[in-house]
Amino acid sequence: MKKKLLIEIVIVLLISIGGMYFTFKKQMNLGLDLRGGAYILLEAQSDNGKAITSDDMARLVEVLDRRINGIGVAESRVQISGTDRVLVEIPGVTDTEQAVNMIGKTALLEFQLVEKDGTLTNTGLSGRDLESSEVTFGDMGQPQIAFTLNINGAERFAKITRDNIGRELAITLDGEIQSAPRINTAIPGGRGVISGNYTLEEAKSFSTLLNAGALPVRAEILETRSVGATLGKTSIEASIMAGKLAIGLIIAYMIIMYKFPGLIASIALINFGIIVFGVLNYIDAVLTLPGIAGFILSLGMAVDANVIIFERIKEEIRNGQSIIKSVDAGFKKAFSAIFDSNITTLIMTTILFSLGTGPVKGFAVTLTIGTIASMFTAIIVTKLLLKASLLYIKGINAKSFGIKEVA
Amino acid sequence: MRLEIVNKSKLWLGISGIVIAISLVGLLTRGLNLGIDFTGGNLIQVKFDKEVSLNELNTVLDEISKDYNQLGHGRIVQESEENEFMIRTIELSEEERNGILSKIKAFSEFDLLKSEKVGAAIGEELKVNATYALLLGSVLIVLYITLRFEFKFAIAAVVALFHDIIISVGIIALLAYEVNTPFIAAVLTILGYSINDTIVVFDRIREMHRKNKSAKLADIIDDSINSVMTRSINTSLTTFLAVGAMLIFGGDSLKTFMATLLVGVIAGTYSSIFVVSPVVYLLEKKEGLKNLK
Repeated sequence: MKKKLLIEIVIVLLISIGGMYFTFKKQMNLGLDLRGGAYILLEAQSDNGKAITSDDMARLVEVLDRRINGIGVAESRVQISGTDRVLVEIPGVTDTEQAVNMIGKTALLEFQLVEKDGTLTNTGLSGRDLESSEVTFGDMGQPQIAFTLNINGAERFAKITRDNIGRELAITLDGEIQSAPRINTAIPGGRGVISGNYTLEEAKSFSTLLNAGALPVRAEILETRSVGATLGKTSIEASIMAGKLAIGLIIAYMIIMYKFPGLIASIALINFGIIVFGVLNYIDAVLTLPGIAGFILSLGMAVDANVIIFERIKEEIRNGQSIIKSVDAGFKKAFSAIFDSNITTLIMTTILFSLGTGPVKGFAVTLTIGTIASMFTAIIVTKLLLKASLLYIKGINAKSFGIKEVA
Repeated sequence: MRLEIVNKSKLWLGISGIVIAISLVGLLTRGLNLGIDFTGGNLIQVKFDKEVSLNELNTVLDEISKDYNQLGHGRIVQESEENEFMIRTIELSEEERNGILSKIKAFSEFDLLKSEKVGAAIGEELKVNATYALLLGSVLIVLYITLRFEFKFAIAAVVALFHDIIISVGIIALLAYEVNTPFIAAVLTILGYSINDTIVVFDRIREMHRKNKSAKLADIIDDSINSVMTRSINTSLTTFLAVGAMLIFGGDSLKTFMATLLVGVIAGTYSSIFVVSPVVYLLEKKEGLKNLK
């Protein structure tokens, strides 16, 4: 009996230490709602009925990723969401403006000849033939974009310029003319300059767009959300405060209502918190505001399991059973209620996870982990602590369970 | 003290009926105050550096709407804290939004706390997904309860479920709180919570029935309720404490979420005690738990 208990204690200790290790090993990943940042959801648009392929999507993500890296934001995330959507998350950017400007553009660069009537004719040379671009400064110090074409592009460029001396060559981005210099001489070597009327900022983002390449398909922005760092900080402080208060109130309530086992349950609850955060950190989950809400809610449910068990134990004691037997019977009889009610919660969280989007998913993840952890702590940890105390601490009687009279 | 559930079932169901009626009236007359997550549109939250009143801001916005007529119709401005406002508009393009912001800036410097834009298609999707989730959740729970208890219990559980959801949604409509994505999570959580409470009662009925198969249905039900009563109250109180703490100190963004949960917890506790059992009694009166597993 004692030996089995000892083994169990060691196992629970190991799990708790593991939980603690993962909880404190690294900083929790905070969601954009807590740390501030921008969140942008795009949808690939199929033109003329052509289906969006997974290749298109992969390339879309690649290009977007390069563009955002071009702005120089660390830890940004670009990922495919569903079949034809891309989710972009950029921490730190408090205003969506810059991010949207960088992301929303298709950025198709084209070289087109200007006809006499002002219309444009495609030359077949485009951004695909670009090797690189950079911001340079013109004679007057005005920012401009210098580009280098790849071998294929350079050959084409040389031919176009040679054949069209005297005409204007328009350089367009997404159909908009950036500049239309007159071709004075054939240009071999594939180098050139786009000298629109740019501010330094514009020139920089233009160059980044060119270097990242054009989007393989048009992408439309469906949703943007940005949270300033101030609001994020307030939210963290508020929820930590609320969490502490909730835990404090629950512990006080449990100890007042259930005396000694209430104390045990409080220790188990702390253990519950460690396990939940350990697991969240281990799976690299991102903690969001709804996630914290899910945690606090599962805290309530973890308490519930303990309450169900303690009420059962009290019933048994009142019926005249010995304390040890009551504890055993209490856990045994409480099990089916705890199990069935938690399974239904898990059914709900599974649905939430599979049908929900970002914030709802975060809520579902913490609530799922919380529900499983609450079963573990109530059924295993509380039981172990109670039994061990009965074994090693003398003088635990019906009164310690908050019972005045025994039948 | 011993509560008589079966004998006084008309009273208990009557109370529920009245609250449901009030909720339905709220829901039908006022409707839910749908946020941009559902309707699509833009939301801007700003904190001004100087003292600004709601009236002043509205005057400024009216002025700006001469250039940006999107600001003119369907605009909702709310003061969330001192000098801090939420401006809800119809969907704006990035240029329009920036234009409006710079015009507001000309009036007073501010800190942009939050800016959101949701396309109408996304809002539509959210509604559809929420309905799916609710239906799928109900069906799965009916299946599970039928498997573990019996079909009539599942019906009673679903009655309690709709009871709780109608009341929570109705009260939120009456309070005119703005609802967004988290609201759906809250409603689905209430679903889980409601079932949770109900199952604890069912579990007791099942156990008492197994122990004494010849006991009268009304006695079994009343005994079960009275033995789980302390648990129900204690659990509700602790959950109430946790949710209440979040509601009061958790900041503005989760207000609707937490308020919905709070109403749901109260409704769920009530229904698990006073609604589920009378319904089970009415359904089982003839056959008397003979199919209970």
